[in-house]
Amino acid sequence: MENYEVVIRSKTKWYDLNLKEVLKYKDLIKLFVQRNFALIYKQTVLGPLWLVLNPLVTSVVFTVVFGQFAGLSTNGMPQFLFYMSGNTIWMLFSSSVSGTSSTFLNNAHIFGKVYFPRLTVPVSQMITSVINFFIQFVMLVVVYAGFLVTGAEGVSFSPYFLLLAVIIAQTALFGTAIGIIISSVTIKYRDLAVAAGLILQMWMYLTPIVYTLETVSGPLRTLLLLNPMTAVVNNFRYCLAGNGTFLTGWWIYSLIVTVAVAFGGVVLYNKMEKNFVDSI
Amino acid sequence: MKPIIEVKNLKKRYRLGVIGTGSLAQDLKSYWARLRKKEDPNTMIGQENRKVGDSFMALNGVSFTVNKGETIGVIGSNGAGKSTLLKLITRVTGPTEGEIILRGRIASMLEVGTGFNGEMTGRENIYMNGAILGMTKAEIDSKLDDIIAFSECADFIDTPVKRYSSGMYVKLAFAVAAHLDSEIMIMDEVLAVGDAKFQKKCLDKMLDAATNDGKTILYVSHNMATVKQLCSRCIILNEGKVIFDGDVDKAIEIYLGAIGSDTIFGDLSDTPRFDGMKPTVKLMSYQIMNKDFSVFDNKEPIRMRFKIKAEQTVENAMLRMIIKSSELVPVGTITSEKNINVVAGQEYTYDVEMDLSSLASGKYIGSFTVFTVNEKIVDEYDSITDIFFFEIEETINEDAPWHSRWLGHNKFPDMTITQI
Repeated sequence: MENYEVVIRSKTKWYDLNLKEVLKYKDLIKLFVQRNFALIYKQTVLGPLWLVLNPLVTSVVFTVVFGQFAGLSTNGMPQFLFYMSGNTIWMLFSSSVSGTSSTFLNNAHIFGKVYFPRLTVPVSQMITSVINFFIQFVMLVVVYAGFLVTGAEGVSFSPYFLLLAVIIAQTALFGTAIGIIISSVTIKYRDLAVAAGLILQMWMYLTPIVYTLETVSGPLRTLLLLNPMTAVVNNFRYCLAGNGTFLTGWWIYSLIVTVAVAFGGVVLYNKMEKNFVDSI
Repeated sequence: MKPIIEVKNLKKRYRLGVIGTGSLAQDLKSYWARLRKKEDPNTMIGQENRKVGDSFMALNGVSFTVNKGETIGVIGSNGAGKSTLLKLITRVTGPTEGEIILRGRIASMLEVGTGFNGEMTGRENIYMNGAILGMTKAEIDSKLDDIIAFSECADFIDTPVKRYSSGMYVKLAFAVAAHLDSEIMIMDEVLAVGDAKFQKKCLDKMLDAATNDGKTILYVSHNMATVKQLCSRCIILNEGKVIFDGDVDKAIEIYLGAIGSDTIFGDLSDTPRFDGMKPTVKLMSYQIMNKDFSVFDNKEPIRMRFKIKAEQTVENAMLRMIIKSSELVPVGTITSEKNINVVAGQEYTYDVEMDLSSLASGKYIGSFTVFTVNEKIVDEYDSITDIFFFEIEETINEDAPWHSRWLGHNKFPDMTITQI
């Protein structure tokens, strides 16, 4: 304790992110995660079953609407597995965004009264989203294994499956980064909190969730590829079921964008965090 | 050894006028208006105080240092910058200029119970609150029993706190904060909550922490009695600046002087009268005779001298003082005998003695009126509202601290009780 020293200044270096301090509060992060789970399912009948039901129902609806009625191509992959894999990874992204996008607004009452590293809140939200994702992912793997064992067309064992870990980590990080940027901007402009839902929805249709990248050509294809989530979803399917083509260059691009956005997000978040109490 | 807290030229500016408007559309409107040199449609009006352009300096160059083991009282009237100072030290918000160096962990008791979640049990909340305050799980584990014992909530510790009474809630929260392993403790008026017994317990705990554990305490309060009890040094803030830093008794004297312009002697000749009345038996001045400043022990009388100038002949007039609490709620009235007899054109001096032994400790404000009553008709000859600021001090070694919030401002003479 002798060497403990904190200097509070009006201006801090932009790269002074204090990430070490966040680590010191790991017990708090753990408690926040526990609380997130406890509060979500406290007064529900089905409890965590919702986690499983949600992607299942969505995938069934997609199969019926986009697969059966619209007859969109799934690249020869079983429709249900195609939509379910897209949905599962997208839900990780969208829950990472929506879980953190109102961090400041939702926690104003605590942030305004006591100090602790503010990043603990979005980090714990991200962990919550990842845990939720894993429950859904296990189910996805079961469905995949079912198709694989029964020898369904368009499903094979992918030697790239270890890359799934990187893709999952990237998705959670990217979603959280987008979320904290939104939460930082909503301190000044509440509009974005309302717009966030709409943006996420549009974003989903700009990502090959209900269609395959192969069916798109020309400038629209380039536009889709510029969306970092396109390579993520595409490669997620490839690494899971060995279906389609692996995008190497665009994935590297997407990884670079993720790191840049995550870094920019944390810098912005730290900058806003210091004085946001005065403007909320 | 380096001081444990160093505050250097600390400034905090709050933007007035155009405050965070909350929507892009309004910001664009403001921007558009400024472009055309028109009045900003989002300007707030009616804010003048300490304005610098469109901003307000809540702290305007505050500097001080605190050494390890000191207990510092921070006093000042509302809006002096006390809360802002504490918010900056506890890092809730950042300074505009200047810096603070802290050489120890801070336990903030500004808002006890922050982060409590009603759905979670007392035990779960202890962990959550402790973690928010910076404790690790292992630390909380080792102190859990002490915390529960101190909180007096052992029977309900596994009940969701939404079923707690507000008193239990505060006790639990204070218990967590008080057991934080910290070198610096920052307290707002947390002691104003909970019952008298618990408050005494908290105060004792603080005193113990300061004297035996060498903890540094920063205590912000309007309650001069507790400041005196707890603090070894006092800082007075006024309009965002430190106007005094030093001895506690001296600080209290200055502070009480600052809130009621010269409280020992008051020149009333130019003071505006109630409702713009023209006094005909005019109170010219008052002076406290038995004290150097207007803090009284409730065991001693208040002796005052009044100078009166008569412009009208009046017989059998009386003087009364309406006593209000610091929240300006009338507490009671003390009236003289009917023996003010004055002749037009003459000046008089009266000495009064008031027995206020039934007044509980606290800060009060007196209003003076000269009046007569004839057949239940009251005629007022002079009336000055809220002019005399004074404090009644708690006698040390009393049975229990008095809390006017619960017990009222009147402490009647002891009741007699006889066993038959």
